[in-house]
Amino acid sequence: MKVIIMGCGRVGARLAGLLDTSGHSVTVLDTDSYSFRRLPSGFKGKALVGNGIDEEALKRAGIEQVDAFVAVTQGDNRNIMAAQIAKHIFGVKRVICRIYDPLRQELYDGLGIESLSPTTIFADLLKKKLES
Amino acid sequence: MYIIIVGGGRVGYYLAKSLLDEGHEILIIEKDADFCETINDELGSICYRGDGCEASTLAQVGTGRADMLVAVTGDDADNLIACQVAKHKFKVPRTIARIRNPKNEVLFKKLGVDVTISSTNVILEQIAEEVPTHPLIHLHEIRDKGLEIVEVKIPQGASTIGKALKDIALPQGTIIPLLIRKSQKPMVPNPNTILMAEDQVVAVTDPKAEDTLRKALRGG
Repeated sequence: MKVIIMGCGRVGARLAGLLDTSGHSVTVLDTDSYSFRRLPSGFKGKALVGNGIDEEALKRAGIEQVDAFVAVTQGDNRNIMAAQIAKHIFGVKRVICRIYDPLRQELYDGLGIESLSPTTIFADLLKKKLES
Repeated sequence: MYIIIVGGGRVGYYLAKSLLDEGHEILIIEKDADFCETINDELGSICYRGDGCEASTLAQVGTGRADMLVAVTGDDADNLIACQVAKHKFKVPRTIARIRNPKNEVLFKKLGVDVTISSTNVILEQIAEEVPTHPLIHLHEIRDKGLEIVEVKIPQGASTIGKALKDIALPQGTIIPLLIRKSQKPMVPNPNTILMAEDQVVAVTDPKAEDTLRKALRGG
């Protein structure tokens, strides 16, 4: 499948590498080209400088043709906004974003935005580890 | 009215000040401690320190009874989220967002923000109005109908001077409800009205037909 990943931090870069290895066509979008250093050396996908909350930048990244969009920048609000653009403006089939704030995640869950909260997931994992 | 302002920068500060003068109940939500202190010192204790995008903050300041939330931080994404949380979680009847990127206007509307103010657009329009040679001035936009009201000034020497309105090929769907002529009362023109130099023609038109309209009225 074709995927756009917004935000080339540790998670974004790692996900890009994993998907690329599995044979998917990956485009990574980040506002800072320095972030692309995190991509694995054999990465065959595209890396574009651009802001994922800008419709023009998303079009340049080929959002009209992708099957999935993932927003994993550091900012919850940027991720949510980009996810909504991808879903409601461009009609991307699968949209997932990262929301650190569990309360905000709950709200957007109700509004039909699929998200993961590292805060909740990681806290749960730690608790399980400690209690095991 | 109880109005919540998210963002205590310059826009938030002066907005709060003028709304307080009008007798409204105002609360500013601002992240920065120094900004909060300045506001509380100068405008009275109206600033709450916190993140206006967080539901817990909004709950603490009684957003449920707010009549309006205005998000005026410098970040479009933050303003969008603040408005959406207010709207969906706290059922605030009216949300207003400041936007930096004029393109976000359409997007924010689609995503449920009631009103957007693009400071960039406002400034551009103000400048356009003040430039005397500017051929076409935007007066008002009727967004949901895809229409706008514009003013076209007929310059000295225009090839359309002396022509009747019915002989001018206006773009389809354009109507001219008002004509303002120097030292005369404003009038509703009819098809036989003859254009004169310095007439101010007010037209309702499709934004896409702007150029055609300007050329039709000013000649070339």
